Amino acid sequence: MPLDVALLCVGALLAVGAASIYWRENEDVSRRVYSLTGGLCAALFLSAVVPRGAHALSTTLPLGLPWLGMHFRLDALSAFFLAVINLAGGAASAYAIGYGAHEKSPMRILPFFPAFIAGMNAVVLADDAFAFLVSWEFMSLTSWALVISHHDHAENRAAAYIYLLMASFGTLCLLMAFAVLGGATGAYDFTTIREVPKDAWKSGLVLALTILGAGSKAGLVPLHIWLPLAHPAAPSHVSALMSGVMTKVAIYGFIRVSFDLLGAPAFWWSLHPLVFGAASALIGVLFATVQSDLKKLLAYSTIENVGIIFIALGLALAFKADGQALPAALAFTAALFHVFNHSLFKSVLFFGAGAVLGATGEKNIEKLGGLIRSMPRTAFVFLGGCVAIAALPPLNGFVSEWLVFQAILLSPSLPQWVLKLTTPAVGVALALSAALGAGAYVRAFGVVFLGRPRSDAARQARETDQWSLGAMSGLLLLCLLAGVLPSFMIDTISPAAAEYVGGRMPAQSDIAWLSIAPVAQSRSSYNGLLVFGFILFSALVAMQTIKTLWPRPVRRAPPWDCGYADPNPAAQYTASSFAQPVRRALGAIAFSVRERLDMPAPGETRAAHFEVDIGDRFISYLYEPLSKAVWFCVGRLNVVAFLAIQEYLGLVFAALVFLLLIVAL
Amino acid sequence: MTFLFDLFAQAAQMGLVLVLSPVLIGFTRKVKARLLRRRGPPLLQPWYDLLRLLRKEVVLAHDASWLYRAAPYIIFATTWVAASLVPTFATGLMFSWTADLIALAALLGAGRFFLALAGMDIGTSFGGIGSSRETMFGSLAEPATIMIAFIVSLIAGSTQLSEVAAYMASDFELRVSVLFALIGLIIVAIAENGRIPVDNPATHLELTMVHEAMILEYSGRHLAVIELASALKLLLYVSLIACVFFPFGLARHDGSLEDMGYGVAFYVLKLFIAGFLLATFEVSTAKMRVFRVPDFLGAALMLGLLGTLLVFVTRSL
Repeated sequence: MPLDVALLCVGALLAVGAASIYWRENEDVSRRVYSLTGGLCAALFLSAVVPRGAHALSTTLPLGLPWLGMHFRLDALSAFFLAVINLAGGAASAYAIGYGAHEKSPMRILPFFPAFIAGMNAVVLADDAFAFLVSWEFMSLTSWALVISHHDHAENRAAAYIYLLMASFGTLCLLMAFAVLGGATGAYDFTTIREVPKDAWKSGLVLALTILGAGSKAGLVPLHIWLPLAHPAAPSHVSALMSGVMTKVAIYGFIRVSFDLLGAPAFWWSLHPLVFGAASALIGVLFATVQSDLKKLLAYSTIENVGIIFIALGLALAFKADGQALPAALAFTAALFHVFNHSLFKSVLFFGAGAVLGATGEKNIEKLGGLIRSMPRTAFVFLGGCVAIAALPPLNGFVSEWLVFQAILLSPSLPQWVLKLTTPAVGVALALSAALGAGAYVRAFGVVFLGRPRSDAARQARETDQWSLGAMSGLLLLCLLAGVLPSFMIDTISPAAAEYVGGRMPAQSDIAWLSIAPVAQSRSSYNGLLVFGFILFSALVAMQTIKTLWPRPVRRAPPWDCGYADPNPAAQYTASSFAQPVRRALGAIAFSVRERLDMPAPGETRAAHFEVDIGDRFISYLYEPLSKAVWFCVGRLNVVAFLAIQEYLGLVFAALVFLLLIVAL
Repeated sequence: MTFLFDLFAQAAQMGLVLVLSPVLIGFTRKVKARLLRRRGPPLLQPWYDLLRLLRKEVVLAHDASWLYRAAPYIIFATTWVAASLVPTFATGLMFSWTADLIALAALLGAGRFFLALAGMDIGTSFGGIGSSRETMFGSLAEPATIMIAFIVSLIAGSTQLSEVAAYMASDFELRVSVLFALIGLIIVAIAENGRIPVDNPATHLELTMVHEAMILEYSGRHLAVIELASALKLLLYVSLIACVFFPFGLARHDGSLEDMGYGVAFYVLKLFIAGFLLATFEVSTAKMRVFRVPDFLGAALMLGLLGTLLVFVTRSL
């Protein structure tokens, strides 16, 4: 029943997308489309969370390939991802009711927005290769249409082009992965694929293709280059979905193949996710530290968080291969918990970035500042999102990172030497990225919301609308709840872990005081509720005591600043100067920096000039040579376009002979 | 009855760290002054300073926002909670399992997060310089702390400080990795508390300051609360080092009142030794350039990583 409802809602989302074209002349078309989308997301969320019983639900629809139909299935894992998608999807729709009202050409967004959500839902429900790939490609293309919605800027067109290339590459890899998975018999639905025997070579090939395919969509380094281009190009509620949710759908794809379809894992499967995850976490966060475009910063931080999730999944694979059910369940739970958390706070932050963009029209954080006074509520919610994503207690980001650390602490029991040497290094990368992430968000919040306005646009900012605020605050509240009551989240994930890694963590919600203890209380425990309570209690006690004992007035005065307070806002620390120490100390890990200083000679009156160029080594050493090679081949092959008819016929004949030879052999 | 006793012990620890932390600062200053052949201020001078600040009015910059006024209390609360969860005179107190070693590092991270934000709120250049440098130090010191936490918790089989202390007190064997952890943690403690050679707690109006630059605009009760928080942070690191590496004389949570008394005496003794060592170290080194600090902290991070690798691949080192 929940599956039927879910599929019906997916169909309805597509219908809403189509109907928006019919309503295009209507005044309140945007409000209507977003409300309907929000409602359908709510229905989908409910269908994901209602109790289903122990068995997975499945159904076959007479669509797609003739006589084979399209298979759909709802099990613990897809239900979890369904809930994640639609929670953020619903919030994005509510946000867009307010945010979308300012859109200049809404019809470039409205038909595709519900269709995009429908595509993501269909991916997690799909139960055969055809349905999976078609939904995947549908999700890619609709999101591409949304990225290019503001096509009048050349940079957006370039972003959409690169996104399209990366997305097609990803789908191609997945297509080939499923071709290998299907084996000689051409198994096509997931139930048969699971039973096809796989040898080590085949699994290795499928795994590599899946990492490439899902990784390119999730933003795993070095396939990350489209995220920082596409996220700023799309409207904010779409970037929130692409960053917070679509990357998670890609992670779902990886889990589905490597934990489910490929069967029992070998230990070396874990190496790719661990190494690429650690690289993504570190490189992503270092790039986030130096960005001056708020949405680019958020996009790089998504790369970091995807890296953290892949680290946890790698650990889960390693433990599963070694038959250690409990640690595997812990790592798997940590991964899914972080998926949920990241979808919440990344949406909050993108919504906040959209609100700032709407209020000031300014993407460059060097031109912002002081918004905490003109947009106090947005500032509060954005601060909450920053605290959550910076993995600070008592909010939710900390809990999932804590679980990943606990999983790493269990990994000395893994017998393989490679893993014994890899996991501590991964641990360092994780610890570094957590701390650097906090720094990156201090910088983001501090430069945008604190200090004094650096431009007229920032000076004239106004608070954003109620719908946007409501959507942001709702998600932030969920961040707090997931942070202080993590035991319920862990128990919710537990059935999925039981199904995919064959073990579950001990039930958490009956531990005293609502603590969480992944293995045993004597080994490690954390209590978000008490930490929150203690912090609140201590702060209030301190405040109240001081207020009663020493009630002294507050006097406003000009700032002191060592006796020389420069009234010019340009004298403040800028975002780039804030990032400079970290850039100097650690930047060499991630990027190439070129500083250019043009200092006039003494006596000259012209202004000095300083410029910093931050280059992505993957672009200069991987993508540029690659694109050069492609253009070279294209130039050579161009001759084929100008052949005579008999030469074309000759080519066709040669191709036919070649194919016949292959079949014959 | 036990419940009440446990609650009392926990509350006593909260009070104890609060009262002792300015005294530790005062003691360090006194020893430093003596070593420099000065008489130095009285032992309780930090407390007198705090009370004096509390009695003063608050002068707030025109541009200060609500965050600027709330930040001191948040910083104080996170640091106080963290300091009360580290075993000082007894292990396994009532709420000691609320946050483990990793959570403690994150709690301190939360304090730093808000301190750095407060530095940026008014929009002065000094505030920005302080926040920016603090962020750089933090982004190396926190991972180093976590790697050190990895070492000790892998050896002790727990990230709970009480369990770690109990393990270290009972079946401890000398290991290279523990030594690495100790050196690393001392480096982190020096950097995190802005002591010489990383930052100079006595300096003002210098381009080299970090902590003082962030709180330059604070006055009155806000400044008092922040100063108390940084005193608590120093005490926290001393307690942390003491309880993990020198867990002598720690009482158990179900011990008698007499045991607890001995525990407190031992703890105070450890604090004085630590304060003496810190002062001696501070007068015998010079402050380093800001851009040398990443190397200093990087050493702690590398020691942490090496120690963790040793624990991963051997059973005895």
